[in-house]
Amino acid sequence: MKLLGNLDWSAIPLDQPIPMAASGVVALGITAVLGWVVLTGRLPYLWREWITSVDHKRIGVMYCLLALVMLLRGFSDAIMMRSQQAFALNSGGYLPPEHYDQVFSAHGTIMIFFVAMPFLIGLMNFVLPLQLGVRDVAFPTLNSVSFWLTATGALLVNISLVIGEFARTGWLPYPPLSELRYSPGVGVDYYLWALQISGVGTLLTGINFVTTILKLRAPGMGYLRMPMFCWTALASNLLIVAAFPILTATLAMLILDRYLGFHFFTNEAGGNMMMFVNLIWAWGHPEVYILILPAFGVFSEVVSTFSAKPLFGYRSMVIATMAICLLSFMVWLHHFFTMGAGADVNAFFGVMSMIIAVPTGVKVFNWLFTIYGGRVRFTAPMLWAIGFMITFVIGGMTGVLLAVPPADFVLHNSLFLVAHFHNVIIGGVLFGAFAGYAYWFPKAFGFRLHEGLGQAAFWCWFVGFYIAFMPLYVLGLMGMTRRLQHYDVPEWRPWTWIAMAGAVVILIGICCQIAQLVVSIRRRESLRDVTGDPWDGRSLEWSTASPPPEFNFAVLPDVHGEDAYWNMKQRALDEAAAEPAYEAIEMPRNSPTGFVCAFFATVMGFALIWHIWWLAIAGLLGAWATFVVFAWRDHTEREIPADEVARIDRANLASRRGAPREAVT
Amino acid sequence: VSAVHAGDPNRVADLPIEGGEAPGRGRGGPAPVRIVVGYGFWIFILSDMVMFSAFFAAYAVLADATAGGPAGKQIFDLGNVAVETACLLASSFACGLASLAAGARRQLWFHLAMAATFVLGAGFLGLELKEFADLAAKGDGPQRSAFLSAFFTLVGCHGAHITAGLLWLLTMMAQVVAKGFRADILRRILCFTLFWHALDIIWVAIFTMVYLIGAGR
Repeated sequence: MKLLGNLDWSAIPLDQPIPMAASGVVALGITAVLGWVVLTGRLPYLWREWITSVDHKRIGVMYCLLALVMLLRGFSDAIMMRSQQAFALNSGGYLPPEHYDQVFSAHGTIMIFFVAMPFLIGLMNFVLPLQLGVRDVAFPTLNSVSFWLTATGALLVNISLVIGEFARTGWLPYPPLSELRYSPGVGVDYYLWALQISGVGTLLTGINFVTTILKLRAPGMGYLRMPMFCWTALASNLLIVAAFPILTATLAMLILDRYLGFHFFTNEAGGNMMMFVNLIWAWGHPEVYILILPAFGVFSEVVSTFSAKPLFGYRSMVIATMAICLLSFMVWLHHFFTMGAGADVNAFFGVMSMIIAVPTGVKVFNWLFTIYGGRVRFTAPMLWAIGFMITFVIGGMTGVLLAVPPADFVLHNSLFLVAHFHNVIIGGVLFGAFAGYAYWFPKAFGFRLHEGLGQAAFWCWFVGFYIAFMPLYVLGLMGMTRRLQHYDVPEWRPWTWIAMAGAVVILIGICCQIAQLVVSIRRRESLRDVTGDPWDGRSLEWSTASPPPEFNFAVLPDVHGEDAYWNMKQRALDEAAAEPAYEAIEMPRNSPTGFVCAFFATVMGFALIWHIWWLAIAGLLGAWATFVVFAWRDHTEREIPADEVARIDRANLASRRGAPREAVT
Repeated sequence: VSAVHAGDPNRVADLPIEGGEAPGRGRGGPAPVRIVVGYGFWIFILSDMVMFSAFFAAYAVLADATAGGPAGKQIFDLGNVAVETACLLASSFACGLASLAAGARRQLWFHLAMAATFVLGAGFLGLELKEFADLAAKGDGPQRSAFLSAFFTLVGCHGAHITAGLLWLLTMMAQVVAKGFRADILRRILCFTLFWHALDIIWVAIFTMVYLIGAGR
């Protein structure tokens, strides 16, 4: 038995300049950041206040940061693909096929699992307890475990850049290509273990948030008084609970095929590869709605706030959300109409796919009617929302087109499909994440993002998106299939150039976003939000300070209707109420459990990928021991004395009323 | 204002469930920790059942894909399965006694009942492992056919849960010895018993869909 399994020096691609240079830059960046943290003595602060934090607000911020960093990685892959296709007419371009295949696989995997998912989970983490008027999620330490397991998955995918390789199978590893016979390397194993580990984190998040929303709400916060974002988060997390176990089981079957010679999806011994495609999409289609529903929630909040009106058709919005939640499990077969299930089956799933467009249409009209007659402020979050409505409707219509089986037979696997899902995922999920980022940033950090650069970023993304993806619709109709490393049809080339130009415009948008963050931090004093309510908001997160105190609310709010905070402001309860009786608050203690557990999970995942069995067992035992140590704690909570609560809350109230802080203490 | 502090979600106090002010349905504020923990664990069990349902679906698809190897009829020994089932159901009964003992705060009875649960669960696991080993020795391991892959995975996944449950059981016994019936320990015992009974439900489905139907075909 070899001590390091299959791992040796040949795993490092020393002969390939692109991955070596990329990983060199990343390694330099990580070293620089770590060096800066250590040299400036911030390591204890980072450990105490962030890495071991079980505060939902901190964890939410870390999720969003992870997503933003991984967005840069995923976008580098995207611009490599666009430039490769722009150059690869009758030539090999600059990316050899085996590298190009890894690039598009990594792009999809990263963008879905490590950008879209963590971004939205981060927003939900930050916002849900605040909107529900409570002090934390149901299971704060578990929340930290979830985050660090997600980070483990992201880390493993990035390790594959320099040690070994990533999958060449696309973002969903269809067998038999992904089976050991056709993918003998470690690429698919990296994919499988990264997703299994981060999938556990996502599942725990789903359980945590469902419990939070259903069991932890402020007094008076009945179901039909919850802000729309809470409803969409509920639907999304119910889908996580119901769908992610299918992904876990499916990937487990593929792992058994690859590691132990089982025959779930093989060509031999009765294996059934179409079963993989069915199972993976039984998870995969709900996953689409796991991503888009929280974005719908963000838009509902943003549109209502910046139109200064209650959300139009709140109850129909709730019904539409829950209808989508159910229907999303009944359309999975439209991802493979060409499988040959027969006309009846295809017709059923085609009709179901069109039906699911109805509740989505209800939502679009509700947003439009919310804007109608409102006093609209065109801030950056509102621009993302309006850009979304236009873009998403176009994406939705091409989706309905693809839901027609005969049309799908022509268009499937073409760039038309690629254009469609980017149309809904960028125009829906990503715009939603950016809207939420701009909308809740002042709540998280106490100062607003620079408005001008934010609007510039929006316009670059919006225009860049159309320039980059409309040509792909055309190319799809011209017959260009997806994932082409090179081609020999000269008519395609101008369109690939336009698409490339669009990607560059999006790149400028990303640069604007980076500049926006830097400028906003430097000018934070002039962008300071002293009231806690910079947008004249309607839900409870705006009733507390920016950033909120650790315990969110000194006294749990008492809710008397929809738009809870708006009502309070209208009735001037906030101002007139006598000072409440402050009481001591118990908050959960910070815990390194999540971080340590993720460390062992990383070790275990890496060991399994390289068949280092002793290390895998050690990692598993370490993770188990971490939980036993956690379970042995005697002091799980920390009390914040009533005086301290009163001091913080009085300062916040004083700041909100515009009075100088000193005058009140 | 009186309802305001009643349901502080982070309070460890073992609030009574009956007559509590805070059912978590939006009137009295956040539910007490004990309800939250139990509820969250129910959601986890549901997700676990979804995972099993994927393995059940795979088994149903592949049940006839024997690839020239044995079918269920040739390899299932219903006598063995009956003993396994008896062990598991009896261990669930013992587990129920353990939770009653925990409710009555009786250390000795709790440990006796948990020990019985462990022995019966381990007996189940031993019988299952023996079945697996015998099949593998005859060349009918999971690599033989898609049917056997699905069979070993479905039944083995349940067995892996039992193994994890036994490990958890020992941890809980150690915790009760070290910490006594503290509120957080009691909540964990509640979760453990939910887990153990849920595995029975899964086993009933396996017993029916795999062994009974398989042996009858």
